[in-house]
Amino acid sequence: MDFGSINPVVLLASLMVASTPILMAALGEMVVEKSGVLNLGVEGMMITGAVCGFIVAVETGSPTLGFIAAAIGGMALSMVFALLTQVFLTTQVPAGLALTLMGVGLASLLGQNYQGLKPPPVSDLNIPGLDHLPVIGPILFQHDMMVYVSLLSIAGVWAFLKYSRAGLILRAVGENHSAAHALGYPVRMVRVMAIGFGGAMAGLGGAYISLVRVPQWTDGITAGYGWIALAIVVFASWKAWRILIGAYLFGGITVLQLNLQAAGAKVPVELLSMSPFLATIVVLVVISARRHGASNAPAMLGRIFHASH
Amino acid sequence: MTELLKLSGLTRQYPGVRANDDVSFSIGAGQVHALLGENGAGKSTLVKMIYGLEKPDAGTMQLRGAPYAPNNPQAARASGVAMVFQHFSLFEALNVAENVALGMENPPKMHALAQSIREVSDAYGLPLDPDRIVGDLSAGERQRVEIIRCLLQDPKLLIMDEPTSVLTPQEVEILFKTLRKLQSEGTSILYISHKLEEIRALCDGATILRLGKVVGECDPKVTTARDMAEMMVGQILHVPSREGGETGDVLLDVQGLDFAPANPFGTRLKNVSLRLRAGEVLGIGGVAGNGQDELLSVLSGEAKTGKGAITYCGQDISGLGPNARRKIGLLAAPEERLGHAAAPNMSLTENAVLTGNIRKKLSKNNFVNWKKTEAFARDIIQKFDVRTPGPASAARSLSGGNLQKFVIGREVLQDPTVLVVNQPTWGVDASAAAAIRQSLLDLAAKGAGVIVISQDLDELMEISDHFAALNEGKLTAPRVAKGLTVDEIGMMMGGAHDLEEVAP
Repeated sequence: MDFGSINPVVLLASLMVASTPILMAALGEMVVEKSGVLNLGVEGMMITGAVCGFIVAVETGSPTLGFIAAAIGGMALSMVFALLTQVFLTTQVPAGLALTLMGVGLASLLGQNYQGLKPPPVSDLNIPGLDHLPVIGPILFQHDMMVYVSLLSIAGVWAFLKYSRAGLILRAVGENHSAAHALGYPVRMVRVMAIGFGGAMAGLGGAYISLVRVPQWTDGITAGYGWIALAIVVFASWKAWRILIGAYLFGGITVLQLNLQAAGAKVPVELLSMSPFLATIVVLVVISARRHGASNAPAMLGRIFHASH
Repeated sequence: MTELLKLSGLTRQYPGVRANDDVSFSIGAGQVHALLGENGAGKSTLVKMIYGLEKPDAGTMQLRGAPYAPNNPQAARASGVAMVFQHFSLFEALNVAENVALGMENPPKMHALAQSIREVSDAYGLPLDPDRIVGDLSAGERQRVEIIRCLLQDPKLLIMDEPTSVLTPQEVEILFKTLRKLQSEGTSILYISHKLEEIRALCDGATILRLGKVVGECDPKVTTARDMAEMMVGQILHVPSREGGETGDVLLDVQGLDFAPANPFGTRLKNVSLRLRAGEVLGIGGVAGNGQDELLSVLSGEAKTGKGAITYCGQDISGLGPNARRKIGLLAAPEERLGHAAAPNMSLTENAVLTGNIRKKLSKNNFVNWKKTEAFARDIIQKFDVRTPGPASAARSLSGGNLQKFVIGREVLQDPTVLVVNQPTWGVDASAAAAIRQSLLDLAAKGAGVIVISQDLDELMEISDHFAALNEGKLTAPRVAKGLTVDEIGMMMGGAHDLEEVAP
């Protein structure tokens, strides 16, 4: 194989771009799961965010407005899930699956007239003073705004869960909803808010694909990234910093296999395209094989809360 | 004595049942007041209303002369009412300080809070490390977390719901000291329990509830436990009796059993050995969470153990699963009724076939004989006085006590050679509990071996031939139950291993 034509600096820089969508979606889903809710609709919320962001960015010419619309779109779809699971107390797994199917269909419908259009470019935000550092500069400090936002949101979620009162209540609700209720905390309200946050983050992640990564609109543009985001939450054992590691690992393999394809590696293209997903499966197996690996899950994950008990 | 809390005519209606009906009484400042009653008498509903978790349909409350109607627990805490729950309202994966912070309105910064936790825990003789994860604490320590959470808010009224059900006798003494100290500082305590001797030792006044109504007030210091019990139950109590049967051959022999559970907060069983003879009732006491569930799971066959650890009638059964063990006569009834002993959404008939299939021959060529199964379910319902519309009712629709009768009855009626039960009378009213105990004794009298795992010491002393205690996954050597003093039992439960030598 010819590694000579792959430039490691470009590779690492594009790794950060490739990882950002998953990172945001996984981070949002982690917060949702920390509150004890399993929302399998990440893929649907991502693609809804992708199409909403694309449409608004094309119509207004402003990528920023596009991202805001993506967050609102993802959140709006997540509220359907919140309505089903928190008000009508349906089971979370089928509700999440339905949300994905609905989101994918909805995005197809909304995006019909936008196939083949080009969105306004998202400009890079080079960090002055740091962007010209050799090697580090191009890798870390010559990206668009959303890459920095995603990194800041990792730090923000980590600090929120660890230090803030609201974060403590959110974890408490996910650990033991009956006890949280007995102490007088609004279990459903906390969960609805967490679900909304997860939806907004998934929407942002989706829009990053349609506005920066690809950038165009085609049906099924998120291509299973939402499912990977779900896997990465488990991989990360529900810890914010490990989401970063997981997302970058997955992004890294994605970028590497693309580069290998471009470099003409003598491995079937299908196998290379499969490799990030294979790696995810392998990592998940290793994690669950470790005795306490999976046990960091919030105790109430996926359980329905009836206020009467 | 000035009045702290006065309840007048509180009524709360649930669909199909009036949980509280015109309940009135009052608690004086600095008084320890007992609320007595059977399960389902309406004690929990009443305290939920005082703590703001439920709203009364009718009636009023007054706190220090002013109207008191808390909308939520926060409002109750702000008015100086704090509560220690029966099923701890704790978060296992969080640490002590975080758990305490969740029970406070305006908690200080974490390190300041940790400091005050240390101070309060020292002042009241309840040692506690604020940084420990609650999932790793013993039941007694967990209760301390709850109590300290309340004390940090300087309550005027402390509600305690069945606080001693999970404690060793020694821990009960410590708790009582704390409560008396609080009382001397002017705090009122509403103490809910059905343990009458405790109430006689601690309380200044008592209100007795039955079926949601106040049926009497008494001064527990001068009323006998028997009188209070009869007020609670409303009938004369039947005490189980047994013909002191001969014990026979060894049926079940466990030697040096080690077992690590899959649940990270479970208890590891360490070097557990026991021997059960025909006709014997072996009582296993111990505070909850010391390995009871794990012991039941290895005996029932749900969890596999190392080769040679468990011998049944001379045969090594370590590798056999639950059905294989049922086939040869080893049956078990776990503690958790809904979800472990019974499938909540399935009917009683369907639940009957789940464990009774093999011994009762309820299926043929893998097809269930529903007629026969229903007859079996009816038999259980009738013989164990299960109150239900019929065998087609879903298990979850039964009250806890009734389902318990069904679950125990289902195993007893399969004629086991060895029966292992965990908490057989938990949440069952006194007369039904007596009937369940009697059925276990009758089983032993017919030559079966029975292992009763329970946290109710009175129950164990009443029916056991031998008594052993589980403590942090270790089982003490069994001792003859007759004549054991409360102190000795407490030492066994607390892990005083110098007593182990005196084995039978």
